[in-house]
Amino acid sequence: MIRRAVAFLDERTGTAPILKKALRYVFPDHWSFLLGEVALYAFIVLVATGVYLAFFFVPSTETVVYHGTYAPLQGVEMSKAYESVVNISLQVKAGLLLRQTHHWAANVFIAAIVIHMLRIFFTGAYRKPRELTYYIGLTMLILALLEGYLGYSLADDLLSGMGLAIGYSVALSLPFVGANVAMLIWNGEFPGAPDFWPRMYMAHILLLPVAIGVLIGIHLLLVASRHHTQFRGPRRTERKVVGTPTFPGQTPKSLGLMFGTTSLLFLLGGLVQINPIWLWGPYETYLSTNGAQPDWYLGWLIGGLRLMPPWEPSAFGYTFVPNPFWGGAAFPLLVFGTLALWPSIERRVTGDRGFHNLLDRPRDAPWRTAFGSALVTWVFLIFVAGSADRVDVFFGLSYVNQIYAYWVVIWILPVVVFALVYRACRQLQTKELLESDHRRAEIEARAARTAT
Amino acid sequence: MRQSLKSWLVAAGVLLLGRRRDEKDENARVVAPGPRNPGRELAAVLLFAAAGLCATAFPVIYALDRLPRPTQLLGLSLGLAFAFLAAALIVLAKGVVPEEELEEEYLLPRVHDQEEVAEILEQSTDRITRRRLLGLAAGAAGAAVGVALVTPAVSLGPVFDMSQYYDTPWERGRRLVDEKGKPLLADDIETDVFYTAFAEGADKDAVGSSLIVIRLEPAQLELPAGREGWAPEGILAYSKICTHAGCAVNLYRTPLFDPVEPGPALVCPCHYSTFNPATGGTVEFGPAGRPLPQLPLLIASGGELQAGGNFSAAPGPAWWGVRLRKPT
Repeated sequence: MIRRAVAFLDERTGTAPILKKALRYVFPDHWSFLLGEVALYAFIVLVATGVYLAFFFVPSTETVVYHGTYAPLQGVEMSKAYESVVNISLQVKAGLLLRQTHHWAANVFIAAIVIHMLRIFFTGAYRKPRELTYYIGLTMLILALLEGYLGYSLADDLLSGMGLAIGYSVALSLPFVGANVAMLIWNGEFPGAPDFWPRMYMAHILLLPVAIGVLIGIHLLLVASRHHTQFRGPRRTERKVVGTPTFPGQTPKSLGLMFGTTSLLFLLGGLVQINPIWLWGPYETYLSTNGAQPDWYLGWLIGGLRLMPPWEPSAFGYTFVPNPFWGGAAFPLLVFGTLALWPSIERRVTGDRGFHNLLDRPRDAPWRTAFGSALVTWVFLIFVAGSADRVDVFFGLSYVNQIYAYWVVIWILPVVVFALVYRACRQLQTKELLESDHRRAEIEARAARTAT
Repeated sequence: MRQSLKSWLVAAGVLLLGRRRDEKDENARVVAPGPRNPGRELAAVLLFAAAGLCATAFPVIYALDRLPRPTQLLGLSLGLAFAFLAAALIVLAKGVVPEEELEEEYLLPRVHDQEEVAEILEQSTDRITRRRLLGLAAGAAGAAVGVALVTPAVSLGPVFDMSQYYDTPWERGRRLVDEKGKPLLADDIETDVFYTAFAEGADKDAVGSSLIVIRLEPAQLELPAGREGWAPEGILAYSKICTHAGCAVNLYRTPLFDPVEPGPALVCPCHYSTFNPATGGTVEFGPAGRPLPQLPLLIASGGELQAGGNFSAAPGPAWWGVRLRKPT
């Protein structure tokens, strides 16, 4: 039976040699190599649940009066978009499960990408010959952030409307061209012309997911063609990769991980409430609420916007840099720019142009590890600063004083972290060296004793 | 008849419960042999059964109306079904599936192929005499075609018309109305409360329409020069749209607690830009780079609040031209 199927396939497609290679392709084993897979599986769940949601969502800002089953909103004027999301949540059978799973999957998707990327960075996996894989991964992270933002903006509830107003202001703040760019995207001043919503929808369900899907394909092809990296170990060299074959060894593990990820997402979607938009009410430009927080992956930008002093350089009536540019555009550009340039910076600084199939442990490259830790500390502190208002409410620390403290801390702590991490790496290296010397000395001593 | 039924049953039993015996020569195998592990196989079978059971519950829960908490039950059934599937596969991975460790060579650069590709490219073009001119012409044509292809994107919006950013519905005599369209009366404006108002007859969602209206003691006011008479009886109106990032200014700091809150303030909940209403909306704290635009007010004969003109500056978040012109 198996033989006949294989023969059928090969005689018509000539794929037997490729299949043979694919089935016996070697995966080096390490738990941290599975992080990218989690992101992939979350993406699959996103597409699947997203298709369902698209059957019920109405991308229109046309005003309607709500007459659904949710009593508190009875008779309230709202957009068709918001009404349809309320209906998905409260009237469509299994709709809330799919919506919440979709939202959770987006959060997990981006979390998995970020952790995956940290692994890649701190082990030096981006080095030659895998720079392209790294750049594509970074691009996907940026697209995923945008995709997530558009996704929750589509609901047109109070919170997402505030988020869109901020996004509009960041677009508007681009030096020299912002107002023109915003005119193109919104087709008018905020909240924009009626065609803005279908545009956003089209980007969310077609442009961005297709772009991410294509990039995932290229990313995986590049991974496969260059093979996985691996940590040092017995028989593992720069020339030879050691691990489990795709089939049979890796297949049940990967499928298990896929089902595990899916399970987690459906359990979260069913049991843990996320973004109950019917409680927020519809958005109008003159409405806002205190304590609003975006999805976690945009928290660093809120922090950046909030921490910025009121700098808005202008002369002769011309405004060169409207303030939201600093925190909302310059800050992420700086972070992503640094990450994009890092492989070339490292190449130039170290002069290392060789192939690297063996991974570094973080301690093996103290400069890189220290720099990466400092960058993560900087971004993380700004991320935490984004919730200073919540800290004020829950712990009674004055918001204003917190902001002044952050102005100091975000510059000092990364430097401290850099120094500490660098020292720790060096000490770990020294300790290993001492231990191996010690071991060699012991062996020699024992050999000398048996000789006498 | 009975005989054939019996043999069918036996066959079915063997098919379901029987174990496959591989008689092939163990030495000529591709996949390494390993010990059999019927216990683990049975565990996987049970886990698959559990997954099937949980998945079957999904359509049942779906079909049963009036169940309490259907979202939670649906999520549990699907989530557990996938969890059992994952568990079954992990059981299979550890102990049933052969555990092999293979080696494979990393690909080395194929220098010979590289050389050949380069030669093909070079030799295909080496008869060209005016390389630079040709490149220039092709590049120019490509750029022109590129520009032509993106030109329709200009239809997306009025890309060079910035007038909308200065437009507001306000003019001298325009009445202030509340959310339901009822005119605001000066006598109804109390201290320590803020009111949201709109230009009568205008789109409430337009950036230039919404106002935040408050009343302060006239003696408290230190408005900038040129705004004499903008705040009759101490009633002030400011654009409700934050000049930082366009959120609605919806927090009013009052009454005051002197040790930490020195004066009344209008605060935007998005990034906590804090504006002083007594001094013409100047920025006290936070990232906003411009004061909140103030609208001059009049009290008409019937006590109705009216605009005395347009905003002191263009309302809404900043852009390159926001300071160039007054609003119209």
